[in-house]
Amino acid sequence: MSPQSVLVVDDEPNIVLSLEFLMKQAGFDVRVARDGESALEAVRQQPPQVILLDVMLPRRDGYEVCQTIRANPEWRDVRILMLTAKGRQIEKEKGLAMGADDYITKPFSTREVVERVRAYMPQGET
Amino acid sequence: MNTALVAAVSLVYLLAMFAIAFWGDRRSGREGGIIQGPYVYALSIAVYCTSWTFYGSVGLAAEQGVHYLPIYLGPTLMAALWWIVLRKMVRISKINRITSIADFIASRHGKRPLLGGLVAAIALVGLVPYIALQLKAVSITFSVMVDYPVAADALVGNGAFYSDEAFYAALILAAFAILFGTRHVDASEHHSGMVAAIAFESLVKLVTFLLAGAVITFVLFSGPADLFDRAADHERLAQLFHMGSPGDYGHWIALTLVSMVAILALPRQFQVAVVENVREGHVRDAAWLFPLYLFAINLFVLPIAFAGVLLLEDSGVHPDTYVLALPLSRDWTALALVVFLGGLSAATAMIVETVALATMLGNDLVMPALLRLRWLRLDQRTDLTRLVLRIRRTAILGVILLGYAYIRATGDTLALVGMGLVSFCAVAQFAPALLGGIFWKGATRQGALAGMAAGFAVWAYTLFLPTLAHAGWVPGAFVLDGPFGLALLRPHALFGLEGLAPVTHALVWSMLVNLGAYVTVSLLTQQDAIERIQASLFVDVFRLSAGRYGISRFWRGSATVEDLFDLLRRFIGETRARRAFDEYGRRHGVDLSRTRQADAELVHLCERLLAGSVGTASARVLVSNVAQGEVVSLDEVMEILDEASQVIAYSQKLEAKSRELEAATRELRAANAQLQQLDRMKDDFIATVTHELRTPLTSIRSFTEILHDNPELEPERRQAFLGIIISESERLTRLINQVLDLAKLESGAMRWYPESWDLTRILRDASEATGQLFENKGVRLELELPDGPVPYTTDRDRLMQVIINLLSNAVKFAPEGTGRVTLRLTAEADVRVEVEDNGPGIPEAEIPHLFQKFRQVGDVLTDRPPGTGLGLVICRRIVEHLGGRIWVDPRPPGEGARFVFTLPREASPAGGEAVPEGG
Repeated sequence: MSPQSVLVVDDEPNIVLSLEFLMKQAGFDVRVARDGESALEAVRQQPPQVILLDVMLPRRDGYEVCQTIRANPEWRDVRILMLTAKGRQIEKEKGLAMGADDYITKPFSTREVVERVRAYMPQGET
Repeated sequence: MNTALVAAVSLVYLLAMFAIAFWGDRRSGREGGIIQGPYVYALSIAVYCTSWTFYGSVGLAAEQGVHYLPIYLGPTLMAALWWIVLRKMVRISKINRITSIADFIASRHGKRPLLGGLVAAIALVGLVPYIALQLKAVSITFSVMVDYPVAADALVGNGAFYSDEAFYAALILAAFAILFGTRHVDASEHHSGMVAAIAFESLVKLVTFLLAGAVITFVLFSGPADLFDRAADHERLAQLFHMGSPGDYGHWIALTLVSMVAILALPRQFQVAVVENVREGHVRDAAWLFPLYLFAINLFVLPIAFAGVLLLEDSGVHPDTYVLALPLSRDWTALALVVFLGGLSAATAMIVETVALATMLGNDLVMPALLRLRWLRLDQRTDLTRLVLRIRRTAILGVILLGYAYIRATGDTLALVGMGLVSFCAVAQFAPALLGGIFWKGATRQGALAGMAAGFAVWAYTLFLPTLAHAGWVPGAFVLDGPFGLALLRPHALFGLEGLAPVTHALVWSMLVNLGAYVTVSLLTQQDAIERIQASLFVDVFRLSAGRYGISRFWRGSATVEDLFDLLRRFIGETRARRAFDEYGRRHGVDLSRTRQADAELVHLCERLLAGSVGTASARVLVSNVAQGEVVSLDEVMEILDEASQVIAYSQKLEAKSRELEAATRELRAANAQLQQLDRMKDDFIATVTHELRTPLTSIRSFTEILHDNPELEPERRQAFLGIIISESERLTRLINQVLDLAKLESGAMRWYPESWDLTRILRDASEATGQLFENKGVRLELELPDGPVPYTTDRDRLMQVIINLLSNAVKFAPEGTGRVTLRLTAEADVRVEVEDNGPGIPEAEIPHLFQKFRQVGDVLTDRPPGTGLGLVICRRIVEHLGGRIWVDPRPPGEGARFVFTLPREASPAGGEAVPEGG
């Protein structure tokens, strides 16, 4: 498996579809989860390098997922990019406080998302 | 000497003082002049020096040397602090129109009768020994004057009261106190006449004492050097030059402290220094004039005492009367008479004391009690002035007779100084509440009550009861062995604290208990609103009154026009209130119906209008109730008590009004809470709408950019992505339409087009409109409709909207392939439409939230079906507008969901033509 893997977590099928396309096009290995539980399950199976994590998720929300990942020292190298459609400053701060590395507001620029994900990928191991 | 002569001279002197008082009152209105000046003020504070000073100091000095001094050191030290302490008390009292120390302490703690009553009661009990002291001094010195050289010591309290000089002295002094202090009723105004008379007597006692001292020192002896040399040769006097045992230092310090406090807290000192102060600046002058006075009057105490011991030691003359006996022993009757008048002057301090005490008793103890006795019907009397005066006069007489009773009870067991110190200790109990009250905002009423009550109880037990025990009124064993033989409870050695003089002992324990209770209870209890306001008014008096000295209204408050109008309406009626406000608006060119905050002028207008119907003081109280955070103090309530005639008539009305106001406040608070909740809900709504708008927009933007950046994408994918963009755009449009619909529905701006329709037709149209959805998901739609048409007048499009929404919800939750949805119409008493599916059903806990904005049952499921979360809200609004009701039938889990709405038949004009149930 390629070391440059991305986990896309969102409950909107169309958004997942677009992110999947973009990540694959950028050459990353992509997996998808539709809710918080399955996101954690996917991390447990094989931690990705980067997670694109939506905040409003069924079953367990993005903050909770983020917190759970940060609570496990084995996963401290996993970079987490929060995606949210709620644009208030408070949500942004909450996400960062929960251990997210970055924060992207929807609707996002596709180029920017790709660039950010690439920036968070460990370098030199392609 | 001739009894008649002495009595006549005394009476003439007292009449002269009264004349001065009368003259002073006549001149009181004029600004400037000597009466309004600092010297009169400082001299009036010298009312501190009573018979105790004039006679008792010499007696004490003859027996114990310099121990008479702390009583003057304390006030001298305190005078240095006056600019900080006394000036603040003066400022507070002026602004709050304080009439006595009881009033001061009660007002600081929210003006409750209980506290003022306690202060008055403590003052009454505590000062009885003090009054007794003055009476005793007058009668003893009178006896000395008349009977010298017969020893005058044992004369008081012997024989029947009607043959006792002290009794007549009491009656005469009571008469003078009544003449001085109760000529008119307004306690808040200055008694300039009384102050002038006191200043005069202070001057007289100083001059006569200095005269006596000078004559004794320079004529009987050849100057102070000679006198002191001879005293040093005298065996007993020589010892008086030493301070004595280390325990005496404690006594010394205790006496200094207690007299520091007494100069502020004695009711008569409070009266002359605070209540009668005409200008704050005088405090600065008095701070050096008064210590100077104390220094002067003490100058000859030691010489007179030494001379008395050297010349009269074995003659049986009581040392307290040396200053009188020395001239008499040389037959200098004129000098003796002058000295006697000086002593009489000193005793008249008692008059001020009783007047201050009587004012306090009347205002803080008797009147509040009488007002409570409904059967007296005081509240229906229009003029209570005569009653107030009668109460004060009775109180003066009562206090003086109590003093007399105390002398009779204690007999000759106490020297003058001893009696005075008992009183000092009692008034010292006011100190924590008095000083704490002006420097510590956190002090509470309960703290003040607890501190004073506890301190007073200890005082009574350790000091007052023993004086009665000495006189045999209480068994002597009580003092020697403690009550019931419990040595730990001995009044003079409580809990084993031995080796202190009784006064020091009582002071240590009572102040410990008083301060402890005051601080602890204050920390443990909460202030109510009025108390908090009063606390900051007192503690921050300089800040609050800066620049508006003497004006007690600072409208910083936040009265709203509406509140004021409401208040006014209740008292003067809707029409008059409306007219007044309209006129105000016209005059000032403002539209009051659009203004929220009332300005100071409008507040004053309301106050004026209210004053017309309830009196000025009540008006202020009422308006201040409305103006939140207003710093109108409860001195207004004080005014009410003074202007008794007005307020008492209205007090019950006032009570009812304040209850109404309270109720109104509660309602307002509830309404405000509701508004805040609505505001929060609105915020949440906007945040959620934004979220819901951003989601489809994200997909649209992403796929548009992907298509833009990848022109060589294979056609199938291209097509699929474009399809997504289209459907997400539709979703966006739908959402925007729904938000707009909802906004229109909620604001009432929605246009309705009611027309006569066949309901079955509308239902069929709706099912056709959603046909594609059912087909896509493989769900079967069954219609159960009446056979014939059901005519009904309604807005077709809106009703369609409701049904389509319910149908698309149902298909969303119905299982793919095996799903079945039933649309049912029955038209009996009401029109009833049901939409039933065989999906997972709705959890019962979710049902109450279903018709709220952005509530999607899908939220709790793994897969959230696409939707806006606004559909059901819109349905409910529409159905309710059409006069119907919409709900969900609770069903067991797994049996699917059933949405029902009904519409009234009568609401439809076409209802009468409806075909009876088609079956």
